[in-house]
Amino acid sequence: MSCFKSKYADELIANAAYIGSPGKGILAADESTGTIGKRFASINVENVELNRRALRELLFTTPGALQYISGIILFEETLYQKTASGKPFVDVMKEAKVLPGIKVDKGTVELAGTNGETTTIGLDGLGDRCKKYYEAGARFAKWRAVLKIGANEPSELAIHENAYGLARYAVICQENGLVPIVEPEILVDGSHDIEKCAYVTERVLAACYKALNDHHAILEGTLLKPNMVTPGSDSKSRAEPKVIAEHTVRALQRTVPAAVPAVVFLSGGQSEEQATVNLNAINQLKGKKPWSLTFSYGRALQQSTLKAWGGKEENVENAQKAFLARAKANSEATTGAYKGDAQLGEGASESLHVKDYKY
Amino acid sequence: MSAFTSKYADELIANAAYIGTPGKGILAADESTGTIGKRLASINVENVETNRRALRELLFTAPGALPCLSGVILFEETLYQKSSDGKLFVDILKEGGVLPGIKVDKGTVELAGTNGETTTQGLDGLGERCKKYYEAGARFAKWRAVLKIGENEPSEHSIHENAYGLARYAVICQENGLVPIVEPEILVDGSHDIHKCAAVTERVLAACYKALSDHHVLLEGTLLKPNMVTPGSDSAKVAPEVIAEHTVRALQRTVPPAVPAIVFLSGGQSEEEATKNLNAMNQLKTKKPWSLSFSFGRALQQSTLKTWAGKEENVKAAQEALYVRCKANSEATLGTYKGDAKLGDGAAESLHVKDYKY
Repeated sequence: MSCFKSKYADELIANAAYIGSPGKGILAADESTGTIGKRFASINVENVELNRRALRELLFTTPGALQYISGIILFEETLYQKTASGKPFVDVMKEAKVLPGIKVDKGTVELAGTNGETTTIGLDGLGDRCKKYYEAGARFAKWRAVLKIGANEPSELAIHENAYGLARYAVICQENGLVPIVEPEILVDGSHDIEKCAYVTERVLAACYKALNDHHAILEGTLLKPNMVTPGSDSKSRAEPKVIAEHTVRALQRTVPAAVPAVVFLSGGQSEEQATVNLNAINQLKGKKPWSLTFSYGRALQQSTLKAWGGKEENVENAQKAFLARAKANSEATTGAYKGDAQLGEGASESLHVKDYKY
Repeated sequence: MSAFTSKYADELIANAAYIGTPGKGILAADESTGTIGKRLASINVENVETNRRALRELLFTAPGALPCLSGVILFEETLYQKSSDGKLFVDILKEGGVLPGIKVDKGTVELAGTNGETTTQGLDGLGERCKKYYEAGARFAKWRAVLKIGENEPSEHSIHENAYGLARYAVICQENGLVPIVEPEILVDGSHDIHKCAAVTERVLAACYKALSDHHVLLEGTLLKPNMVTPGSDSAKVAPEVIAEHTVRALQRTVPPAVPAIVFLSGGQSEEEATKNLNAMNQLKTKKPWSLSFSFGRALQQSTLKTWAGKEENVKAAQEALYVRCKANSEATLGTYKGDAKLGDGAAESLHVKDYKY
């Protein structure tokens, strides 16, 4: 084997496969303190620990929702928080058979000499941090690399740096019992067409899998979190879900080895409904798909919920209903069974695109 | 798409898929004049054009053989040869539902500064040659890159050179209507175990697919011809199921699902070994988003050659021997081979030649 021997190999493989269980997907609730602050600001809620805790409790204790969720990505603070009645969040998850995950990157910095391209930092001491997170109950991790499409972007340098950063992070995770989610997000910003996005996505994913091979990662114990293949946010062309599905699946067929158990899409700037409908179309497509195709949504699972909550205790029940509706809709989308009938919460069709998104 | 847009795209995709049709595979009959000379010498036959023609006619007109084949790889001389009653071989193949293929590489040369590692040549003027071959009826091509396992081999340098040579060849083929078979053969020579072979195979295949992506190759219009993952020739043998498991896992880790078919080389395996191993792979229950078939040379022709021995009166029996192997391998692509092929003389004989060049 070209992969390294990890004492956690069997566990990594089992956990990665579990995350890709049909009917389940990931809730990305790992917004950093700064980012969740922006969300709160949009609903006039103060960004204090109590409120951050209350929001996550709202999500994690929604009756009937966790059956649709195989994993939840957390920010470090949340990994150690508890419900109002004193139960650690990780225990709430474990009892519901949800794997806790942890965001381990430390954001992006610009690459000198490029046109605003970035690399992601967080490798220093990562092994020790992963060990700690594993002890606290985490079983998977996430690291977001960011690329953009432009006249001369992404550059070969940006692709290489981000791919090799991802690969190094991945192996360190596996050495410490965490399934690494490999996330090479190509931002949707731009006026390019879907063909350009497909071209760049294929190039980036090919680089990622070469890097993972060079670094001896155990592919069966990893997950991929890519963007779907779509036109740019400023493009004149709109693409139907079926077209997005075709381009996306073809890009994956051309680059993602069958050993990878599951692909968990990011939602980018898509609205809740778009993200669900596109995932549904992907799962309805006939063609070679030797990996599960599911979700790892943040904004596209929480938008309506946030608006319904507004930070008020009396709104918790309605907010939870909104979350349940999206979780169920996306669960159906993983089997191509979504009929578009989720009760649209307020804002479900609203684009969640923020230019040059950082979190 | 990162693939370039070839005017032949639809045809390439259709032909590559056809070659991977369940129940079919490739007969590699592209031995160069020098190499076929060695084969003929082993059965005391003179290496002249009439004999080379006679052998290939024997193969291509063997009753029942062509239905088991989707393609035959030819050496340039053979592409223009005819049967004794004046019919072009390419027409015989086409009428039999078999795509003619053509070997386009020009052999290996050593890489300076390495321990006997090589790269493959043949890129100069390749485009024009492919055009000519397409006009003569060829629809796929083959280029053999060679790597070896040793203390410090294969080196990163040799992997890179061979992978990028294969990718450049592949794109030139696609520009000219030929489906490229990508063949990165890791020689079986050595005393390494199966795990070492697996590690090297995965590393080499990962490099190949990165190179193909860099060169904008249309993967749906390519084929892969890899070695199976086995212990080295000087190491103890293992069961077909073990070979199957390691081989398929290596492919799962490196070969994108967009590739329609994988057509294994037989290396130094005997006819029966090669068939049994292929059969075991197709019986394995696991993710296999590509056809798994054969592109055998020695492992399809050994018994046939021995039976023929260059004599007209042996042709019928020799053709029968070929049919037996073709049928066995056809069943192996479906995982239904029962090991009951009438073993011809030499079917169980190892065909390993150290440091094989052809």
